[in-house]
Amino acid sequence: MNEELRGTIKTGLIAGVVTLSLGMIGILVAFNKRFIVTDAVTLADLLLFGMAVIAGYLGASSLKEHSMGRRLLHGGLAGMLAAVPTFLLILLTLVWEGIRDSFINVEPALVSLLTLDNENVVVGGILLIVVFGVLGLVGVGYAQLPVRFRRPISMSLAWTIGSGVMSDILIGILRPRMSNDTLRSLFGSTGLQPVPFVVLFVLLTAVFFWWQQGGQTRYQTLRQNFTPRQQKSSRRVSISLLVIFLLILPSLLGVYLSEIFNEIGRFVLMGLGLNIAIGLAGLLDLGYVTNFAVGAYIMALLTSSSQFGPENPWSFWLAVPICVVAAMFTGFILALPVLKMRGDYLAIATLGFGEIIRVLARSDALKPVIGGAQGILQIPAAQIGGFMAQVMGYILNPINNLLSRFELGILATNSNGDIVFGNPPQLYYLFILASLLMLFISRRLNNSRTGRRWMAIREDEDVAAAMGINTTNAKVLAFTLSAASGGLAGAIFAAKLGSIFPSSFELLISINVLALIIVGGLGSIPGVIVGAFALVGIPQLLSEFAEFRLLLYGIALIGMMLVRPEGLWPSEVHRREIHSHGEDETAVPVSVKP
Amino acid sequence: MPLLEVNDVHAYYGNIHALKGVSLTVEKGEIVTLIGGNGAGKTTTLRTITGLMKPRDGHVIFDNEDVSKYPAHAWVSRGIAMVPEGRGVFAKLSVEENLELGAFHRNDKENIKDDIEKSYEMFPRLGERRTQLAGTMSGGEQQMLAVTRALMSKPRLLLMDEPSMGLAPVLVDVIFEAIERINQEGMTVLLVEQNAHMALQIANRGYVLQTGQIVLTDKADVLQKDPTVQKAYLGIE
Repeated sequence: MNEELRGTIKTGLIAGVVTLSLGMIGILVAFNKRFIVTDAVTLADLLLFGMAVIAGYLGASSLKEHSMGRRLLHGGLAGMLAAVPTFLLILLTLVWEGIRDSFINVEPALVSLLTLDNENVVVGGILLIVVFGVLGLVGVGYAQLPVRFRRPISMSLAWTIGSGVMSDILIGILRPRMSNDTLRSLFGSTGLQPVPFVVLFVLLTAVFFWWQQGGQTRYQTLRQNFTPRQQKSSRRVSISLLVIFLLILPSLLGVYLSEIFNEIGRFVLMGLGLNIAIGLAGLLDLGYVTNFAVGAYIMALLTSSSQFGPENPWSFWLAVPICVVAAMFTGFILALPVLKMRGDYLAIATLGFGEIIRVLARSDALKPVIGGAQGILQIPAAQIGGFMAQVMGYILNPINNLLSRFELGILATNSNGDIVFGNPPQLYYLFILASLLMLFISRRLNNSRTGRRWMAIREDEDVAAAMGINTTNAKVLAFTLSAASGGLAGAIFAAKLGSIFPSSFELLISINVLALIIVGGLGSIPGVIVGAFALVGIPQLLSEFAEFRLLLYGIALIGMMLVRPEGLWPSEVHRREIHSHGEDETAVPVSVKP
Repeated sequence: MPLLEVNDVHAYYGNIHALKGVSLTVEKGEIVTLIGGNGAGKTTTLRTITGLMKPRDGHVIFDNEDVSKYPAHAWVSRGIAMVPEGRGVFAKLSVEENLELGAFHRNDKENIKDDIEKSYEMFPRLGERRTQLAGTMSGGEQQMLAVTRALMSKPRLLLMDEPSMGLAPVLVDVIFEAIERINQEGMTVLLVEQNAHMALQIANRGYVLQTGQIVLTDKADVLQKDPTVQKAYLGIE
């Protein structure tokens, strides 16, 4: 057997095994309920048949210099082989009656999906192999296309499929602004209707193609020819547009999506904080949930009207600074004993600290103070009242009157003239305010002397000391500042939920925050936001994902390490580090006279 | 009054008595070298001088001040700079960023830029590679960077730990010529070396360290002719 054939068979079978696993763990069946194209293509179809196209593409692209016929042959073969493992599974269901006792996800729905709804499963399975072979040929065809076509097509395919998958959101946004009939003609219960799907795809392809064929350069030269004044004003316009967009976003999104944004905001806050410790100072802190818990519990203890709160509960605004300071104090206390530790040892010590806090919160010993497993209830929502609310009402109400014509709005006063941050669209403003504040602080820190100190410690602690950097102080400072953001997130979290329980402060939160920093790009501030959208936003949006959330985290992390180890939006230093190896390594002996 | 005076210093690694009463002096403007075999205590002596290790007994006096009580980072602002063994450049930072970090404790921003340019004049090789990551440069270039980075802190005393280690002979020449030139511009240097031949060529005086004790000290040219030094460290029978 020759080398290439073996490669193709391997590619096909790997794709097949992946397909088989997707089916056996239940992803295919779960995803089969979400249409991308209404009543035609589901997310499961996309995964299943996409695998065949990918197999064909890979099978063909491994042999570049061969004739078209050979490549089609290899691509088709790889595609067909990708269906073989699932075909074997179908055969197995015929001879093994009790297969579901051992493999609970091998249900009739999966079999009918894998046999293309054929009544005779063997015929259906063979049909699937044939279809996979054809799709493999499609993959070859795609590999055959010149790059200038391939790029726009894949971009617009991704966007169109994205719009199909996220059709819930689009429907939510468009419903108040469109007649029901128009909406029906665009979307089904889930997914895009076939005609709009095709139209959107063609349109987007044309746009991307135009952008690539000169639109981009034209746009760039236009920007370059701006006078400094024009540049300034264009910057000002884009910033004000962004601010307006951020302000009206919750009314655009509605309650459900605002809530998802708030979840993202909570993790952005924690991510920014942890990023100071891990990304900037290189201190692997696995107990970040501690700071979050301290912020939440202090907020609860200060503002709750239950027996755990004070006699005269504080206002949210007075309590927030205390929560932040308390979290910073915890960070400081944690920093002291672990200062001498490095790397893995530090990670384990902080991990332990996170667990201690959780156990303490749950413990009976502290039950009279912080409620034990029953938690603390009756935490009021944040609100602005009195004179302040009146002043803000004068500003906000006319804006709201104006915006209401477009079915939009911003924060508003209630019937009592107060501003309450109770429901998700209102809380959104709290999260966005806190996030912007922390973003600003992070940026300033990153570019400061302190930031450089952390950078040096991250690279080499001993040499940093030899440069005259007080490493002890810098590390304590990193832990302390890092904790602040977590405390803030916890404080808002407590006021948002109205009650807190120890179960909200699991180790998993620390892991989630760590994962989003890594996926976004270590040490990168925009990376935190991108990471939070990817790892918190997407699983929340697609409820099917929720069940497989941890699995997807794992896949995302492994995939990132293999494909983009520097993260989705890497920091400058990190990008250079990953991509500079191999260049200039063969330095010639110095011949320059000193 | 010498610039640096190490006075009967004893240091231990656990129970191991690594320095058994080391005393040495460095006068202003000198190059003094400390030579000795593996495990003689050369690096330990340097670590004690820079505060990375605390002496159990004895004193380190720099510019009339007992500095043994200060932590490592405080020495830089007092005027002691160190070129660590194995170069210790920040591998993931660029040449320029390394140099900027070398000037970390300084507050005169405008002069720092000039001094960076001066470093590039001293080693044009570094100037060509100012944006390159330090870790991707050759060993010789990294050593040049480590030397110039130490100078960025405007020290009055430069400590060097084995600058010739792991370098090709042609690069060792380049580095040693640079040390001589730095010294001619007024820098005081304490040079710890295994390559006794090179070190004694550029030094004014030398100390020979053996199992934690100074066994011999004299002018460098006298040491070069000393039969025991020749036999033990210069490979001359």
